[in-house]
Amino acid sequence: MKKLFLLSLMMMMPMFAQAAATGVQLDSIQVDASDKASLQRGMKTYVNYCLGCHTSEYQRYIRAAEDLHMPPELVVEHLIFSGQKVGEQMTNAMDPKLAANWFGAAPPDLTNEVNLRGADWVYTYLRSFYADDSRPYGVNNVVFPSVGMPNVLSELQGVQSKACGQVTEYDAHGAAVIDSLTGKPMTVESCEILSVAQGSGSMTPAEFDATIYDLTNFMAYMSKPYKTDSQRIGMWAILFTLLMTVVFYFLKKEFWRDVK
Amino acid sequence: MAVGNPNRAKAESGIIRWIDDRFPLTQMWQDHMSKYYASKNFNVWYVFGVLSLLVLVNQILTGVWLTMSYVPTAEGAFASVEYIMRDVEMGWIIRYMHSSGASAFFVVVYLHMFRGLMYGSYQKPRELIWLFGMAIYLALMAEGFFGYLLPWGQMSYWGAQVILSLAGAIPVVGEDLVQWIRGDFLISGITLNRFFSLHVIALPIVILALVVLHILALHDVGSNNPDGIEIDQNKDENGVPVDGVAFWPYHVVKDLVAVGVFLTVFCLVIFFFPEGGGYFIEKPNYEPANSLKTPEHIAPVWYFTPYYSMLRAITFPLFGLDAKFLGVVTMGGAIAILFVMPWLDRSPVKSMRYKGWLSRAWLAIFVVSFIILGYLGTLATTEGRTQVAQLCTVLYFLYFILMPFYTRIEVTKPVPTRVV
Repeated sequence: MKKLFLLSLMMMMPMFAQAAATGVQLDSIQVDASDKASLQRGMKTYVNYCLGCHTSEYQRYIRAAEDLHMPPELVVEHLIFSGQKVGEQMTNAMDPKLAANWFGAAPPDLTNEVNLRGADWVYTYLRSFYADDSRPYGVNNVVFPSVGMPNVLSELQGVQSKACGQVTEYDAHGAAVIDSLTGKPMTVESCEILSVAQGSGSMTPAEFDATIYDLTNFMAYMSKPYKTDSQRIGMWAILFTLLMTVVFYFLKKEFWRDVK
Repeated sequence: MAVGNPNRAKAESGIIRWIDDRFPLTQMWQDHMSKYYASKNFNVWYVFGVLSLLVLVNQILTGVWLTMSYVPTAEGAFASVEYIMRDVEMGWIIRYMHSSGASAFFVVVYLHMFRGLMYGSYQKPRELIWLFGMAIYLALMAEGFFGYLLPWGQMSYWGAQVILSLAGAIPVVGEDLVQWIRGDFLISGITLNRFFSLHVIALPIVILALVVLHILALHDVGSNNPDGIEIDQNKDENGVPVDGVAFWPYHVVKDLVAVGVFLTVFCLVIFFFPEGGGYFIEKPNYEPANSLKTPEHIAPVWYFTPYYSMLRAITFPLFGLDAKFLGVVTMGGAIAILFVMPWLDRSPVKSMRYKGWLSRAWLAIFVVSFIILGYLGTLATTEGRTQVAQLCTVLYFLYFILMPFYTRIEVTKPVPTRVV
């Protein structure tokens, strides 16, 4: 019967497998809520480049100050541009109706963006704008085609455009196709390669990627500010329940000794 | 002077005696705990009843605390859930305990029901226990459905939209019925208000009452066991079943081990995987409900997906009835047929241990079909998947429809008189 029990649990496993299916290959990153320096840099980028149009209406400045180990005075001085109090939520003064006129849709609230789309998506999306004269703001996005958002980070990144060249070939399952003679990955011609015009931005591609990583890391923190607490408390909770189970096990054994 | 009913068990003296003279405290304790005898050969499948009760308590307690901060309006619901998650002290734990608890409830209830199917726990004289249990399952599905609208996210909204529209498939009265349930021309704050009321008051009362009936009926006829032997047939000189052990303390300490294991797994989920990979909390639910924007792929929560698959599997009209209505009938029938289980099983034995290979094979087919249907229900449809779902739907029903025949013709093994 134990076997049957385990078997039935195993049969349920596919239900817990992550459902994932998007058209574009996303760049994968590992967010790290313990890297406070990265989160602080990310928040700086966020309030400077994102918060003008987007809101974080469920995230309070003071909560970020505490969680990211920043003195509230410094947050007020350097990270709040709206004259808001440190206990208030991170919002802006943009009228959503006007914004919808300007961009085609009002910029969404970003508190839960990473919950909604995942960190990989945000990280890839922010690095995937390319010059496209057919769009109102002159840019389009590989991850989110025809998005209404302009590339607000272009002064850092520079002008990115699509170019042609050789890229690694992937099979239908997303694995690189290997040349059986040389053992090296096969390549195919593609005109979807994104490349940045050299010197057009204030950052090198590596610096820009690092900046976007920090920004995504901050947005991931913001999507679940309790995550660090959760993992810390969770360890103790599980340790406790395990210990409890052991005690119960011996208790049961003791009581059942007299059952023939 | 003697006080109260003399025909019941009473404590010798003291405060308990005082109560016993006015209320059957000791009698109840004996009937349901210290002198309730259940078979000593219970295996791991017998822990899911207690675990269901544990999860029920969890849902009620966390629900009470969530209600303290939740705002049941279309304008405030989504923000109030975020408020609970971010600003309420330990609010995120309470909310995750509740949201994961809902999934845990169905996990333990499904396993509990499977135990019943496997060991024939629905057979005479336990038909009413089964019926009360099925009523709990039905109420639980309604409770889960109403509760899922409350966070007022995109999947809450559109999931409810899909399920409610099912009632609209009923010929003639359908559309009016849906409007009556919604209380509006579309799902709105009015719908949210009534779902909230049903979720926190009406259904919990119904479920609690049914649980009491379920347990009273169980304690009246006694628990079944993996061998399907009636332990009441063999009593010692004191009237105690020789193969039984008292619920208190023996089965209680045994169940505590299961509680420990369950809580460990539960903590693992709420602290480390609260979204259950998108199956306990679906991603689109992080976006507030928007009646103008339909999500790309609407999937109900996993515990409804087997029935959802059946609904989608009916793709053809029949007898002048349209496919959607037939789908609804199939779905309803799939649940309704479970109610008549006790009268479909004609086997002379209860437990799968003594039934023939036909019963075993059909139970396996049933379980596998149910799981495949559940899995398919989480995915978008393709032609191939629909065909698999159709096959599984047919197998699901055949398990029940053929039961009176295969349980009667198969060769069963003799049931021992004593539990070993």
